[in-house]
Amino acid sequence: MIKYDLAVVGGGPAGMAAALEAHKCGVNKIIILERAETLGGILEQCIHTGFGLHYFGEELSGPEYADRFIEQLKDTNIDVKTDTMVLDISQSNVVTAVNKTDGLLQIDATAVVLAMGCRERPRGALSIAGTRASGIMTAGTAQKYVNIDGYMPGKEIVILGSGDIGLIMARRMTLEGAHVKMVCELMPYSGGLTRNIVQCLDDFGIPLKLSTTVIETHGKERLEGVTIAKVDAHNQPIKGTEEYVPCDTLMLSVGLIPENELTKGIGIAMDPVTNGAVVTEMRETDHPGVFACGNVLQVHDLVDYVTMEAQIAGRGAAAYIQDKAAFENAEYISTTPGNGVRYIVPQKMNIHSREDIKLYFRVSAVYKNAKVVLEADGKVISSKKKVKLAPGEMENVTVPADVIASLAKDSTVCVRVEE
Amino acid sequence: MFSEVFAMSYDVAVIGAGVIGAMTARLLSSYRLKTVLVEKTNDVAMGASKANSAIVHAGFDAMPGTMKAKLNVQGCAMMPTVCKELSVPYKNNGSLVVAFSDEEMSTIHELYERGQKNGVPQLSVIDRETLRALEPNISPEAKGALLAKSAGIVCPYELTIAATENAVSNGVDFRRNAGVTSIEDKDGVFTLKTTDGDIQAKYIIDAAGCHSDDIARMLGDDSVSLVVRAGEYYVLDRSVGDTVSHTIFQCPTAMGKGILVTPTVDGNLLIGPTAKDIPEKDNVATTAQGLETVRTLAMKSVPCVSVRSAITSFTGLRAHPTTDDFIIGASKVNNRLILAAGIESPGLSSAPAAAVAIVNALFEAMGGEADKNPVYNPIREEPVRFRHLSDEERAALIAKNPAYGRIICRCETITEGEIIDAIHAPAGARDVDGIKRRTRAGMGRCQGGFCGSKVVEILARELKKPENEITKFGGHSNILFDKTK
Repeated sequence: MIKYDLAVVGGGPAGMAAALEAHKCGVNKIIILERAETLGGILEQCIHTGFGLHYFGEELSGPEYADRFIEQLKDTNIDVKTDTMVLDISQSNVVTAVNKTDGLLQIDATAVVLAMGCRERPRGALSIAGTRASGIMTAGTAQKYVNIDGYMPGKEIVILGSGDIGLIMARRMTLEGAHVKMVCELMPYSGGLTRNIVQCLDDFGIPLKLSTTVIETHGKERLEGVTIAKVDAHNQPIKGTEEYVPCDTLMLSVGLIPENELTKGIGIAMDPVTNGAVVTEMRETDHPGVFACGNVLQVHDLVDYVTMEAQIAGRGAAAYIQDKAAFENAEYISTTPGNGVRYIVPQKMNIHSREDIKLYFRVSAVYKNAKVVLEADGKVISSKKKVKLAPGEMENVTVPADVIASLAKDSTVCVRVEE
Repeated sequence: MFSEVFAMSYDVAVIGAGVIGAMTARLLSSYRLKTVLVEKTNDVAMGASKANSAIVHAGFDAMPGTMKAKLNVQGCAMMPTVCKELSVPYKNNGSLVVAFSDEEMSTIHELYERGQKNGVPQLSVIDRETLRALEPNISPEAKGALLAKSAGIVCPYELTIAATENAVSNGVDFRRNAGVTSIEDKDGVFTLKTTDGDIQAKYIIDAAGCHSDDIARMLGDDSVSLVVRAGEYYVLDRSVGDTVSHTIFQCPTAMGKGILVTPTVDGNLLIGPTAKDIPEKDNVATTAQGLETVRTLAMKSVPCVSVRSAITSFTGLRAHPTTDDFIIGASKVNNRLILAAGIESPGLSSAPAAAVAIVNALFEAMGGEADKNPVYNPIREEPVRFRHLSDEERAALIAKNPAYGRIICRCETITEGEIIDAIHAPAGARDVDGIKRRTRAGMGRCQGGFCGSKVVEILARELKKPENEITKFGGHSNILFDKTK
């Protein structure tokens, strides 16, 4: 058993930022455990640009963005173990991990930051009828084949789902000489960022077919085609709108699922909407000393926000390591998603917090010229007009410190959309 | 190719490496016979044996006096020992046939009587309260059930893989990608023309599943009459794997045993199958209608079952004989051709006993039993299953071979060492799905999203092939095209 102040599970953007922030706050013994061969997480295969506009004020590629943090880590005494998979976290925060060189590792950590990221929803979860041919893969898997392994996973391509990875891959495959025939989206709107729709589809003349889904796959060995169809308001295929589209590859970009197997293993309370842990404004879960941040907590649209959230978790973990007692005196109230708001992170806030608390949320539909209203105990604290609100983009609103100071144990804080 | 010039010569050629062919080949390896197991695809268990309900039936369904009834009851009794010898997961979880009306309750009593005649042990009719105590998630509409304590669950492809491995270890040759296109019979020796050269054998065992009629016809026997029946299923995540502990059947109909809800030996929940006769023999496509039927009917037995936790869906094919009974015995046209056809459900449950019946039919044709193989070893050692080991065992294993310290499939906790073992095992994996069936890598909730590319990489490295020659399941199911520019 090795003793550490902080064990960070995952060396992607969230894990790295959390570790660096905790280090900056004076935490001495920190270890990052990363399952891949390198640090950086999914950023390593995201060779397109667009990262860092908010955090660094410049446009970086994924590997460049990751590199900024990898370089910073080199100047610290933070231990890093790559190719290392965490198998279990015990009730007393003992982290069991495995790798080729150390064998089985047991780390007794005062605090743990969970930063395992998310995975893509696979075909199986969608119940698309048809054959089990090769050539059906998630957009992220295809991205790894092209950008890391250097192989073309397809030539004639249909993409289902207009999440950001799907949009990015439409452009990437086109640049590599493949023919991307269309992007189909079940919903009447895209789940991706507007800038990605413009830069990845519109600029290349790739059609985005809204309210359209793939209902069947064809081909015994390699995929030979898909049947697409329009869907009604209940997302059910409309008879008579079926269309056969020949293709050798179907890429899926149909949602991301936080990878919370370890979190659930500890018995941490989960939010059924985010599929992430329920956390406080410090990003602490309901298990003392265990924090969560990044895509394992909520699926983010921009890595910049992942970094910022991870820094909050890093500061939280540092505060926990340095003064556990302060955490025991906290009094929490729940944040309530109101009309048009799907969820809020954090789900809980400490009414004794002396700092502003930013509430991150996503809306449940597309709104034009609507207002984001923050209420405390039924009183409007702020009301901000927005030209456009979309489920694909994360929003936030700040609860000022003076408002928090006025809250009591039975207070309510609510965010809602007003049309 | 070498084999085309000098055709290999055997005593027995078993055509079809499904559970019946594999179990038969294994039994043949306990005798002094030169045996070859001939398979048209890239792996074993690629037909009915890879996609079915994974149930060891107790044996009350089939009509008394049929081969189905006899072999099912015998096979069910043999299964625990066979699975132990082959290190295949088996669980004696018991089954329940649930009745939802008084009419169905009388069917339950009929099944009970039939079971008694078939010699099924530990069979009883239970009332609603006992049923609900056994299975709290069962529908409140249930009136009672038939409880069969001898029933169990087993992984059908693992059984096939293990039996083949054991057969090969005991001297059987395994020939993959060798689809039989025609058979000549000259001077007491068959020459099998295959897509991978000629194979000669004195005797043939036709265990070609949905294609056993085609094989028989190659030798002029058109007595085998099959209908291919498709069944669709959902596999649900392990988080709902304990929804029921028994295998839950509904009352049988003319088309089969209805939709079941069952745990699997791997801890998932399996629901299905539909039953639809199809004209095209190898069509394993799922249909929107079929999947809808499974969803609706499964909820009739267990209302809380939801496909929101589905990790995949699939279609299995069964070779339904129009005679409604297994066809086992020497062909009337050529007695050196032993038929093992029409082995639909309960074929998996019957497999250990069916192999005995098939080999007995062979010996009858040969005019006597062959000599025993003095070095036959019925034991197939259990492959490393990292996920089932204690921390101490894991540490010791990695110290011995660091490849067991690298997790490739994160959902199922499968190591690189296990994948390498699966490739180099007797009749080992040659494609991504073969790795999945042998190790469970890619079988979990992400369905190979993360580990798929790593598995391709390891296969390419171990088989010394470029990555774009690696397939999902043989043939032209390649995953990658050319290198990027």
